[in-house]
Amino acid sequence: MRIHIRYFASLRERLGKAVETVDLQGSPSVQDLWAQVGGDVGALVLAAVNHEYAPFAQRLQDGDEVAFFPPVTGG
Amino acid sequence: MAVFLRAAPFDPWAEIGCHVTDHPELAGKYGATAVFVGTLRDLNQGRTVSAMMLEHYPGMTERELQRIETEARARWNVIDALTVHRVGEIARNDTIVVVAVWAAHRNDAFGACREIMEVLKTRAPFWKRESTDSGTHWVVAEKEP
Repeated sequence: MRIHIRYFASLRERLGKAVETVDLQGSPSVQDLWAQVGGDVGALVLAAVNHEYAPFAQRLQDGDEVAFFPPVTGG
Repeated sequence: MAVFLRAAPFDPWAEIGCHVTDHPELAGKYGATAVFVGTLRDLNQGRTVSAMMLEHYPGMTERELQRIETEARARWNVIDALTVHRVGEIARNDTIVVVAVWAAHRNDAFGACREIMEVLKTRAPFWKRESTDSGTHWVVAEKEP
């Protein structure tokens, strides 16, 4: 399956990438995807799937847009 | 119920005035309006701030702000709500955010306004990068006093 990924803020700078597309086999979770593209960055990372917060155990579907980002600081 | 992101400076009071003018059907229904305005200060976490860049996640940020308003509406007796948030480059004394809530009574207006603002701080996808006298850095999430 094909997954579109976006990275934001300090995580984007740390990983040196803003967007990428990866092809995965089987029925991967958000955690499986993160282990492949991010790994241990030593800080809390949040995830969203298709513009909605998602637990790392959530299974992905073909064509999903997944975002990884640090805790938010708006307002 | 309305949510707007603004890439240029805006007047929070004009936004509220426009919203009321654009919704004449609400006149006479609300007896309480509660407003929160957040403004960029000179000083944050002990550092002098000259400017700020506010990154967001186009698409998700708008949807999350709408979800936050909808959730507040389910818990409080709210007639209408407005959230306006800046994005991009922000100068000191610029308005960062305005939340306005219209309700029949003040308890619901105050309660929903505060709740929308508090939930926005913990959930809405925005990230601040400050320019200070010691360079630029990403603001780390922390609880306000």
